[in-house]
Amino acid sequence: MTRFVLRRLLLALPALFGLLVLTFIMLRVLPHDPSAALAGENATPEQIAAVRKAYGFDEPIWKQFVIYVGQVARADLGNSIISNRPVASDIAWRLPATIELTFASLLFAALVGIPLGTMAAVWHNSPFDHAMRIVTVGGLAIASFWFAIILQIVFSMDLGWLPLRSRYPEGMPPPTAITGLYLVDSLITLRFDQFAAAFKHIVMPAFTLSLGGLASIARFTRAGVLETMQKDFVHYAEAAGYARKRIIWVYVLRNSVVAATTQIGLLFGALISSAVAVEAIFDWPGVGSYAVSAILTSDYKAVLAVTLVVGLIYAVVNIIVDVVHAMLDPRVAENL
Amino acid sequence: MKGKNQAPVLEIRDLSVSVGTDEGEARILDNAGLALMPGSIHGVVGESGCGKSTLIRAILGILPKRGRATAGSIMLGERNLLDLPADALQQDVRGRAIGFIPQDPFQALNPVFRVGTQLLENIRTPGDRKATRDAKKTHVISLLKAVQLPDAEHALDRYPHQFSGGQRQRLLIAAALAAAPGIILADEPTTALDVTTQLQILKLLRGLAIERGLSMLFVTHDFGVVAQLCDTVTVMYAGQTVESGPVAQVLKAPFHPYTQMLLACHPERAEELAGIPGAVPSPLRPPMGCRFNPRCPHARPACSAGQPPRVTPNPGHAVRCVLHLDEAAA
Repeated sequence: MTRFVLRRLLLALPALFGLLVLTFIMLRVLPHDPSAALAGENATPEQIAAVRKAYGFDEPIWKQFVIYVGQVARADLGNSIISNRPVASDIAWRLPATIELTFASLLFAALVGIPLGTMAAVWHNSPFDHAMRIVTVGGLAIASFWFAIILQIVFSMDLGWLPLRSRYPEGMPPPTAITGLYLVDSLITLRFDQFAAAFKHIVMPAFTLSLGGLASIARFTRAGVLETMQKDFVHYAEAAGYARKRIIWVYVLRNSVVAATTQIGLLFGALISSAVAVEAIFDWPGVGSYAVSAILTSDYKAVLAVTLVVGLIYAVVNIIVDVVHAMLDPRVAENL
Repeated sequence: MKGKNQAPVLEIRDLSVSVGTDEGEARILDNAGLALMPGSIHGVVGESGCGKSTLIRAILGILPKRGRATAGSIMLGERNLLDLPADALQQDVRGRAIGFIPQDPFQALNPVFRVGTQLLENIRTPGDRKATRDAKKTHVISLLKAVQLPDAEHALDRYPHQFSGGQRQRLLIAAALAAAPGIILADEPTTALDVTTQLQILKLLRGLAIERGLSMLFVTHDFGVVAQLCDTVTVMYAGQTVESGPVAQVLKAPFHPYTQMLLACHPERAEELAGIPGAVPSPLRPPMGCRFNPRCPHARPACSAGQPPRVTPNPGHAVRCVLHLDEAAA
């Protein structure tokens, strides 16, 4: 198992390097001059040239890239060309908010999607299954920004049950920072008032963000359960007299979830990209809303850094998923 | 063989099973009958598609969704299994009164669960909720020793793919014995194994049956296996049970033309490679009367008038064929 994890880590390195090259080149070929943006609106060509030299934009592209990679290796992601603050510390401060939001969404999507998918498979072609199909297609099709606004209108503005935006009430002291995740930290320190406040804030953004994933997970699970129920070992379990509930919720589900775990890892990419829009709408102080303002201001260092960090998270999540997969199915680790 | 006046532990009487298909009702079993006597091994022989698997599923109460028994009864002692509610079948019959050994040991165990988890699932002795996990484990390990599984102590922590085919079949035999059932239902348990392993498994089953006083219903397509293992045998053709009796008699002097031709096909007996002309009829549109009559060299008009009654030309050796009606009457 240790060998499996190590190999999996090694395999992730070239992917991350490729990501770095790709985003770097893409930003540089965009028809937009970051030196001009830096120098200000009324800058003369000489001033722009001076900025270009000061920031190293006149060096050959490959040299700029080598410098950048060297910096990344030292965890120095450079300073924002807009605020001149270190990008790494900006992102480090915002990362826990994004991680909390995406993991809460994924958890909710899995906890609701897997049982729904299983029930749809057990009662396949029943009215429940048809209703599920309509709801999941809807879940995949609905634009999250539209749905978010509807939620805000109903639950914040009309009913007043939930806060409209942000991550935590202003003026209330946030939970003691342990993991940086408010829900977790408040539970660890047994501050249930803080937990309730953080929970109220995360409900709408997490629910909005989970929709797409929930629909996908329900569909993967349904397909997986239907396929597994045709297997000989299920017929055997029936003939040997296992209780039907145990056959479905223990034996069939485990096999189906094994297949669905890989999908959940891939889903995480889609989740992070939707998080950008959802964070912007709910004014969630995470990496997504940071990325939006960086893109709008052509803050290329910040955009590169966000891309790198998100890529890193994506790689880590997929390694975790593969390890979970290997733990659920003993044949996976042995075959690699 | 035990005394003939004993009551069978399991008796199927005139069982008909239909399965709904897109093309209409298929009558997979047609007035099938057999009796399993206590302490005996009874073979059920027939070609693929003759209804052997449906017979097993009917006994265990796990017919496919669109299948149902339309007539007859399956008597387990005094109880008709067809009248039992679903949860009683699961709790008292499957794995409890009747242990099941499946056909393909490679596919029957769930690949992502440890063997121990799956074998412990089969133990459902009365009051077993109170029985500790350790006690259950000890019981299963003693069973694994009884089926001569090597390294039985550590087997429970391993996964199915870490065992060979023969070892997996031993695991499944132990699983069938776990709840100490009186009856074992074996569905071609040696078909998926290589020949030397087959022989070991057959010996093991025979030994266990004698040692534990089990009654066993052994389904197979292979008369050779029947000859090695069984006391009595029932021959099936296209959903009908055509002949039954002690193995020695049926093999030596078969009454039914189908049995005769089937035995002639057996590679070890056939003088030249022969087959039975024609094909097994579709259960959607079976021939009237005896379903073998379109392929039977002795067919006469009476054959398609209705299924011939069961007659017993020799004591204990019964057949359903018009050829033997006169002998029996005489």
